[in-house]
Amino acid sequence: MAQHFTRRAAIVAGVGGAGFLIWDFNQLTLSPGFQHVFSTVEDWTRLNQRALLSGNQLAKEYRASDISPVFKANGTLDPGGDDYNRHVSENFANWRLLIGGMVARPLSLSVAEIRRLPQRTQITRHDCVEGWSAIGMWTGVPLGLLLKAAAVAPGAKYAVFHCADNLTGEPAKGGQQSPGQYYESIDLVDAFHPQTLIAYNLNGKPLDVAHGAPLRLRVERQLGYKHAKYVQRIEITDSFASIAGGRGGYWEDRGYEWYAGI
Amino acid sequence: MGAGMSAATDTSSAERNAAAGESFYRHRAPVRLTHWINALCIMFLLGSGLNIFNAHPSLYWGKYGADADTPFLSIGAMDTPQGTRGVTAVGPWHFDTTGLLGWSKYDGAYTARAWPSWVTIPSFQDLADARHWHFLFAWLLAINGLAYLIWSLWTRHIQKDIWPTLADIRTIPQSIVDHVKLKHPTGEAARRYNVLQRLAYLGIIALITLMVLTGLTMSPGFDAICPWLLDVFGGRQSARSIHFISASLIVLFIIVHLVEVVLAGPINEVRSMLTGRYVVPRDHA
Repeated sequence: MAQHFTRRAAIVAGVGGAGFLIWDFNQLTLSPGFQHVFSTVEDWTRLNQRALLSGNQLAKEYRASDISPVFKANGTLDPGGDDYNRHVSENFANWRLLIGGMVARPLSLSVAEIRRLPQRTQITRHDCVEGWSAIGMWTGVPLGLLLKAAAVAPGAKYAVFHCADNLTGEPAKGGQQSPGQYYESIDLVDAFHPQTLIAYNLNGKPLDVAHGAPLRLRVERQLGYKHAKYVQRIEITDSFASIAGGRGGYWEDRGYEWYAGI
Repeated sequence: MGAGMSAATDTSSAERNAAAGESFYRHRAPVRLTHWINALCIMFLLGSGLNIFNAHPSLYWGKYGADADTPFLSIGAMDTPQGTRGVTAVGPWHFDTTGLLGWSKYDGAYTARAWPSWVTIPSFQDLADARHWHFLFAWLLAINGLAYLIWSLWTRHIQKDIWPTLADIRTIPQSIVDHVKLKHPTGEAARRYNVLQRLAYLGIIALITLMVLTGLTMSPGFDAICPWLLDVFGGRQSARSIHFISASLIVLFIIVHLVEVVLAGPINEVRSMLTGRYVVPRDHA
């Protein structure tokens, strides 16, 4: 009897295992049920990391000797278009960073004004979601200082960064949102983190076009795609559901995690 | 009580005295359950991991590593006078791996991808979805592994059944000879794990632990929580490379493990991991 039962169990397991191996993972991947499971896992990861990061710990800072000889530029390498090209030719003298949305005092700052604000310089590692890393020295104004000056309204949850680059190749038009327009968002925990900068220098020199001139975000405890380049406008909001694809960023709208701490 | 009894501490003495040809209760339910969950996780983690690797198919040593830096391993497609070829470079050596690595068929057409579609999950190249699968099963693997470790240490399964004794260590040369000759223990000796088995199981526990730690080291968020992990592994790109090498060693373990299951009697072995009951092989003498 025992022999019968165990042999049958082995056969059932064998057939089940073989069936499992030829299961179409591509279909499973795209199914709404599994996409829901994946977003639950993302929430679980974020909650765990946030709980462990409750002390607002800093990302590791490196020595000057650790800096990558070449800091790889990725994503948009040149936003192009008449507007952006004009800013390049004017050396960004007329570029403005707007801070608005749920704030008491909306701001409009030139690059020169931003450069006169208290600055922070940090040598940090940039980790691309693809797997590579580069170490560089960033200088910029802590985003928290700007947000304190703008006075974030109660109930606000996110900072949304609207950028001048359009990854579908359509030239940018003054920060106007279009489907391929790059944008990103972070929560206020990261926005007020001391290492979160609106950066204007890389390795002691003004940002070049490929690295996000004239202003880019540094949010050191998350992956590279969160570090929006060519930032024109920061919108403080309690929801990004109505912006572009509604998931909080260009890559998020294309399936990547909103919480990119892993 | 001899060391040979240790594999079945919670079974009755009648079962423990089962003679060759009779069955005894070898694998307790927590071992069987965590074994199969672990196997499922590793299958998904390997497949999704190779899809993730395809997004940047180069490995480096140190704190940083990108296109301008020198990888010690890279897989890519290269245009040659003979057409596009898949090339795998390990240090100074280049291998033509067309059809398998670098340049392989997907949906009937050749395409540039490091690992071919039939080993990746999903089979189409998609970093975002591969990461979703990876983190889902990474959590399951870590929770399952932690449950196994706690249970195994608590019940002294690791200490008694897996950790090799001094007497075991002395039998390593003989055990190697036996394995090479494909001679498997019978009778009383088959009731406990032999020394190479013990070392292999300790090895896989160590490798999975290493996978979890190097995986966490790749997380910029976790690095802010535990920056010392970066120093332990020599930087994020070193951690990434160790992650890949450890995964390769796990594949090696799986191959040897499956070959041994087949050689030692697949029905008896698989059944014992499903029902717990293992039939003691008879002496050949």
